[in-house]
Amino acid sequence: MSGPGVAEIAASVRNGGRTARDVVEEHLARIASRDPELGSFLCVTAEAARARADEIDDLVGRGRDPGPLAGVPVALKDNLCTRGVPTTCASRILEGWRPPYDATVVERLLLAGAVPVGKTNLDEFAMGSSTENSAFGPTRNPLDPSRVPGGSSGGSAAAVAAGLVPVALGSDTGGSVRQPASLCGVVGVKPTYGRVSRFGLVAFASSLDQIGPITRTVDDAALALEAIWGHDPRDATSVPGRPEPLGADGEPGGPVPAEVAGLRMGIIEELTTMEGVAPSVRRAVTDAAAALEHAGAKVDTAAVPHARHALSAYYLIAPAEASSNLARYDGVRYGLRVDAPSTEEMNARTRAAGFGPEVKRRIMLGTYALSAGYYDAYYGRAQRVRTLLIRDFDAAYGCFDVLLAPTSPTVAFPLGSRTDDVLAMYGSDRCTIPSNLAGHPAVSVPWGRGEDDLPVGVQVLAPALGEAVMFRVAKVIEEAAP
Amino acid sequence: MTGGSGPYEAVIGLEVHVELATVTKMFCGCPNAFGAEPNTLVCPTCLGLPGSLPVLNRAVVDLALRFGAALGFRVPETSIFARKNYFYPDMPKDYQISQYEEPILVDGRLEVDGAVVGIERAHLEEDTGKIIHVGGGGRIHDAACSLVDYNRAGVPLMEIVSRPDLRSADQARAYVSELRAVLEALGVSDVKMEEGSLRIDANVSVRRAGSTVLGTKVEIKNMNSLRSLGRAVDHEVHRQVALLEAGGSVTQETRHWDEEGGVTQPMRTKEASHDYRYFPEPDLVPLAPTPERLGRVTAALPELPAARRARLRREWGIGEADARTLVGRRDLADYAEAAVAAGAPGAAVANWCTGEILSHLNETGVSAEVLPLAPDGLAELVALVGDGTLSRPLAKDVLAECLREPKRPRQVVAERGLAQVSDEEELGAIVDEVLTRHAAEVEAYRGGDDKTRKRKRGFLMGECMRATRGRGNPQVLSRLLDERLA
Ligand SMILES: [Zn+2]
Repeated sequence: MSGPGVAEIAASVRNGGRTARDVVEEHLARIASRDPELGSFLCVTAEAARARADEIDDLVGRGRDPGPLAGVPVALKDNLCTRGVPTTCASRILEGWRPPYDATVVERLLLAGAVPVGKTNLDEFAMGSSTENSAFGPTRNPLDPSRVPGGSSGGSAAAVAAGLVPVALGSDTGGSVRQPASLCGVVGVKPTYGRVSRFGLVAFASSLDQIGPITRTVDDAALALEAIWGHDPRDATSVPGRPEPLGADGEPGGPVPAEVAGLRMGIIEELTTMEGVAPSVRRAVTDAAAALEHAGAKVDTAAVPHARHALSAYYLIAPAEASSNLARYDGVRYGLRVDAPSTEEMNARTRAAGFGPEVKRRIMLGTYALSAGYYDAYYGRAQRVRTLLIRDFDAAYGCFDVLLAPTSPTVAFPLGSRTDDVLAMYGSDRCTIPSNLAGHPAVSVPWGRGEDDLPVGVQVLAPALGEAVMFRVAKVIEEAAP
Repeated sequence: MTGGSGPYEAVIGLEVHVELATVTKMFCGCPNAFGAEPNTLVCPTCLGLPGSLPVLNRAVVDLALRFGAALGFRVPETSIFARKNYFYPDMPKDYQISQYEEPILVDGRLEVDGAVVGIERAHLEEDTGKIIHVGGGGRIHDAACSLVDYNRAGVPLMEIVSRPDLRSADQARAYVSELRAVLEALGVSDVKMEEGSLRIDANVSVRRAGSTVLGTKVEIKNMNSLRSLGRAVDHEVHRQVALLEAGGSVTQETRHWDEEGGVTQPMRTKEASHDYRYFPEPDLVPLAPTPERLGRVTAALPELPAARRARLRREWGIGEADARTLVGRRDLADYAEAAVAAGAPGAAVANWCTGEILSHLNETGVSAEVLPLAPDGLAELVALVGDGTLSRPLAKDVLAECLREPKRPRQVVAERGLAQVSDEEELGAIVDEVLTRHAAEVEAYRGGDDKTRKRKRGFLMGECMRATRGRGNPQVLSRLLDERLA
């Protein structure tokens, strides 16, 4: 099912073993044959991809190095701005809008020699955990098309899992990269908040959003992350300075060393034993921990008490920020406009027609949480929980180098099974949300199969800017996985 | 002011918004400029396009800190930006980035005519775009269509909130005028009310004189000049006193100043009442100026208007009114000082600058920096008057020409043969000729009462001056005339 990986493609294109054009044609053909069933792409930019591949081949032909991702086809979640290419956020309200600029991550991928092939499906404005909230129809899980791929970066995860592309970018606000990666059996990374520029990422919840790669291997994820991360003056929340490369001996582009000897690891008690975590998922975490112990790590249980309240805090903070971020879709400047006699009425009708039910629900929730008289009880309290959670993590990282937890409490669920049960759907992100609230990095790594022979993911959490150690742990888990 | 049942006192606080004189906008690299074609000074960030992010312009912070240092503000260790949420088509993001609970400057003060006016806070925020309503009388509710120009969107603003320390419309005007001079002297703002770079809202209440309890306050918006500020505050104070005198009470509300009607009117409640749902702006980090930065800003402070006025009065021997007029425009005061530096006496320079030159600047709307007559040219003109070459009226003509085209006063004098005639023989002959020509008037002068004599003398003097084509030295002519009439 899966094609060649990032490292393999880049190496063969760079040394002239294969043309980028050939690689792109192979992947476009896979997309053409497989995607009608999956629905992972909202838009395939085949012609632009071919032209870009030819440019790469031209560079190679003239003896120039096109970069570490030379000729690597990449898919972009459709909330990442692409110059001249529709960027819809899977919403009717942005239909027809073509950004006049590329997101920083897109610029950096191009600079690294990658070949964007299209934009992937998502829950509208990244609000959801199943990619069923897309205005343009759901994406299906390539391992079982009756199941969801997870979300909100479901299109990106499905495309990578089905071998349509070796790497895709997603965005992770409460688990939207890691949870679909887990459900599709691939690797998904949420970097430290500020590690990857948000410039050009259409905002959902600005203090939580972070872009990350989805790939089939840990090494590929490292290659992709190294291409997009690092300081960006266009994002005021961007971390200053150059990140430490992820390869052995601090080399960029090299394979991630599988070394965990002497590292201290804590299994987050609250997230692993919590009600609703499937037996296969719980077992995956303990089995992975045992494998790490076998590789020389010391494993114990860790307490992050406020992780229990993270979900409630998240569902106040994220909608509050979203209610403000999504105010600009008012029909005045771009996207959909439903005309009316007055401006207020035009705003209202446009938004009523343009947004889907989940987006409306969160805008209302967030507006309420910020309202005069309710601010302290809701938004204010949620921010206090966030502070307490960060203190819990600080304390835990006093004893441990990394923490382990489930990614998704369950394996992929059937399409439609949670669409009428909002709380069950929101619960899909219980184990991933704490990292977003803390701004810490986390990665989901596949660990065998669970219920109904569907993939299970194990999550590795690290302190802020702890990507290097996190990747080493992920690499050991990947090598030990059944 | 006094009502039928006793004296009242007005309590006034002002919110002054000034556009900061930065090169680029507050959160993007677009030029901060006035008067360009609509929607040409825009980019994804100031248009609020999806995915765009704000990055704070450092110059904005430095200008605010400079203002803070000049007026004795405290600079909190950190201040934060917040989002002020409301829907309006001139706001690209439908929220405004502003400072709310933690402003950059707190507790400043400004001395106005000997009284200290407290300034509660000054905070930074971004400006909105501008809506032009087309058709239907130019109001949003009946316009055929509305166009938005986003050139102004994202221009940095500082809102300066005074304490309710002002007691009259005159004092309110004096406060704004002093504040303007300070902002201009510091280079913080262009303070051009006509271009909207300075805007004022007033909070007005009244109470019984001697009371320490504040009355219900009314906010007044839409005052476009110092004059309209004075008129609006006066009107509002009278309105409130009349209400109370009639046994009524003042409603807390926002009122709109109607310049033509000369009245304040309630704004539609929909426009006036908002829940802005402020929350910390997650796209920006807290602002924490380092001590080094504060030190750098304070070290570079220019002379403030009050100090400059005192110095000019002392050094030039001019009065407070002239000093105020000069220093009220930094360009004019700089011009005058340059003329004095070129050798002219201060009093004479002040006289020209507060008279003909200021009128010319006001009429043409240009800055003194670009006058065709350079400051040393004015010094030359002053010298020509001083040595008797030019009479004051002739000097005025010369100045007028020098303000129209780049010519030196000496050059104009030479070209037009304007040099003043002081030669007593030549002038005496002219006076004799005039007296002969107007013998009847001379008779009337000699036989008339004081009033008649004064009138006749004025006539004869005018005729003498005319006969010299304005070039006769007035002092000499006057003396020669009096000698002959005696
Ligand atoms: Zn701009």
